[in-house]
Amino acid sequence: MPNIKFMEIFSAKNIVKRYASHTALDDVSISISKQNVFGLLGPNGAGKTSLIRIMNQITGPDSGELFFEGEKLNQNHISQIGYLPEERGLYKKMEVGEQALYLAQLKGMKRAEAMMKLKEWFEKFEITAWWKKKVEELSKGMQQKVQFIVTVLHEPKLLILDEPFSGFDPINANIIKNEILRLKVNGSTILLSTHNMESVEELCDEIALINKSKKILDGSVKDIRKTYRSNTYEIEFKGNMLGFTTAMWAGAKLLDQRQDGEINRVKVQLLGSNTPNDLLQSVMRVSEIQGLHEIIPTMNDIFIAKVGEGNSVEAQTSLTE
Amino acid sequence: MNKIFLIIQREYLTRVKKKSFIIMTILGPLLMSTLLIVPVWLAMRDHEEPQKIEVVDDSFLFRDSIPQSKNVKFIYSEITIDKAQEDFYQTDFTGILHIPSNVITGGGAVKFYYKEQPGMAVEEYIKSNIEEMIYNFKLQKSNVDLKTIRNAHTSINLITEKITETGSTERTSTGVQMTMGFILGLLIYMFIFLYGAQVMRGVIEEKTSRIVEVIISSVRPFQLMMGKIIGVALVGLTQFLLWLVLTFSIYTAVQPVLFSGVNKEKLQKEMVKEEVFKQGANLQALKMDKPGLYDNKTYEAFDAFKSIDFVSIILCFLFYFLVGYLMYSALFAAIGAAVDAETDTQQFMLPITIPLVLSFVMAQTIMQEPSSSLAFWFSIIPLTSPVIMMVRLPFGVPIWELALSMSMLVLGFIFTTWLAARIYRTGILMYGKKVSYKELWKWLFYKG
Repeated sequence: MPNIKFMEIFSAKNIVKRYASHTALDDVSISISKQNVFGLLGPNGAGKTSLIRIMNQITGPDSGELFFEGEKLNQNHISQIGYLPEERGLYKKMEVGEQALYLAQLKGMKRAEAMMKLKEWFEKFEITAWWKKKVEELSKGMQQKVQFIVTVLHEPKLLILDEPFSGFDPINANIIKNEILRLKVNGSTILLSTHNMESVEELCDEIALINKSKKILDGSVKDIRKTYRSNTYEIEFKGNMLGFTTAMWAGAKLLDQRQDGEINRVKVQLLGSNTPNDLLQSVMRVSEIQGLHEIIPTMNDIFIAKVGEGNSVEAQTSLTE
Repeated sequence: MNKIFLIIQREYLTRVKKKSFIIMTILGPLLMSTLLIVPVWLAMRDHEEPQKIEVVDDSFLFRDSIPQSKNVKFIYSEITIDKAQEDFYQTDFTGILHIPSNVITGGGAVKFYYKEQPGMAVEEYIKSNIEEMIYNFKLQKSNVDLKTIRNAHTSINLITEKITETGSTERTSTGVQMTMGFILGLLIYMFIFLYGAQVMRGVIEEKTSRIVEVIISSVRPFQLMMGKIIGVALVGLTQFLLWLVLTFSIYTAVQPVLFSGVNKEKLQKEMVKEEVFKQGANLQALKMDKPGLYDNKTYEAFDAFKSIDFVSIILCFLFYFLVGYLMYSALFAAIGAAVDAETDTQQFMLPITIPLVLSFVMAQTIMQEPSSSLAFWFSIIPLTSPVIMMVRLPFGVPIWELALSMSMLVLGFIFTTWLAARIYRTGILMYGKKVSYKELWKWLFYKG
């Protein structure tokens, strides 16, 4: 079992950030393991951007501590972090290549080194022809590619990507997805902040969910989805729907039913300590079972359930006040 | 430090490479040398078409006696005014001057008829000559001797000399000091406005194009702000130097071509008047060589010029020019950070433009009384001192006042930079929010 400290690349402990009128982050702690894709989730205005800016040392927390590879976060770590902000842009009047060089040098790269790497990336993303063009002549997707390149060019140990897929068409979004996975394999750690729950399931190993300035959930995606299982199964069978429902009525609740030719599909939730075997035993007599599988909640379901829960509690308390 | 240098370099290069910079750099000297050349040329040039004026003199007083000049010729005819008017277009006269018989009593108006409007100078010439002739005529009639009257007129030359603490005297001429102070003050005023606004626009550009967050994940907001301010300052200095060099090369190149063959002596006098403010030191030498060329007035200007300590004025100018700009441009940067678009800057611009415009307006009054307490206070307060002190300097300012003013300006610069940095770092990350002064005040106290 490797030392847990060694596995961790970044951690934030008890971060509090207050603005004049509201608290953006209230005692938030996260821990990001090395070579993982970490999803930072939450509805708009939950405090994700505040946390990300603190991680990038753009602003400082009011209290709490941050560590990068076990060391207290400081200015020397800037060159090891790559940041793609949600609100991102480029100097419109500047040439693409010159601008990419400038931004790479600001991250501490030598000009010659940056030039070499940029050439490689530009070829890979098939935008070499745009090197001498002004940014304002580029399409939005093209600009996003340049921004992505600039973010990863200095091969940072930690990549912070805020809504990296916005502005990309599905093909280019896929290119970026593959790049993220490739970077992970090559040893980078990625923090991904997004509203796109599908990509969270696809890419993330761990997540933290923030709502109303507080962290309300974190852990590995697999574990979380398992925890939020609701004993719900989908069963496909041939036979009479009425017979099926009558046979199962005592031990399970019918959530949904659909007929597809001679195949029936039902979603049922098992009640009490009933197992799928119990259910099968009772329905096998009346129908021919084609398949059964458990429905594990999607991150989308969990997100809506958790965030909605918080909101309804809030709504109730504000009503009673 | 390396990063701030990168920022300065980018800010400088992108601006210097712009078309507008190149155009301004060429147009500026053209305009300035035009300003230098045209007045001289106008003074030199032979005047408009000579006027040939038919005089119909009903009073018979002025016959053949109105003085002729190079540009105005009078021809006396004995016809009635009605006839003269009737025939006007059959003759080659450019105008008819009708002097009624009762002109002496002041009853009748002298009338001038023309085909094409003559210049002010011609009208003035006719008016003053006729007036003088009537004046002389009346004096003679009252048996006053004209010579006595002329002798009674005395023209004096007021020479102002300053006695310094060491007891030596210096010749001064307020005209020279005024012009010099005014030009220097004006330069500082323009520089702060032009380049301060450039800093502001640069910050707004970074904010609206959303690049700022990418950059401040690599450098501190303060580095970005200072890099921009210094980069723009270097652009300003470059432009200023290019203007100086180009203006004088154009001036020296054009002047012999334009004025060849013109009355040399008069030209040189005019030139001296022009150049006396620009090239004082060189001209002093010139004056020593050919003292005979210049009249008294010019001499005095030279003496006054000699009394101005150019080295310290240039050093002071550079100081006020740079530190004044740095102080104001920090505020301009803060405004740029607080707004989303240039159209929103109005409300915040006011506190900056008021002291600047005020100091420029005050400059006129200060020139009249360069040692008044008003002048003192405005040259100590950092927001107005860059312009006002420049206006006062050529008149001589006590060392302790200068030292106080300079230290206050440096303090002012440190203070506005501190203030601006705090507004800046919060403002650049604030999108789509209408910011009020109250909001800005809160930003000052946000932690890191």
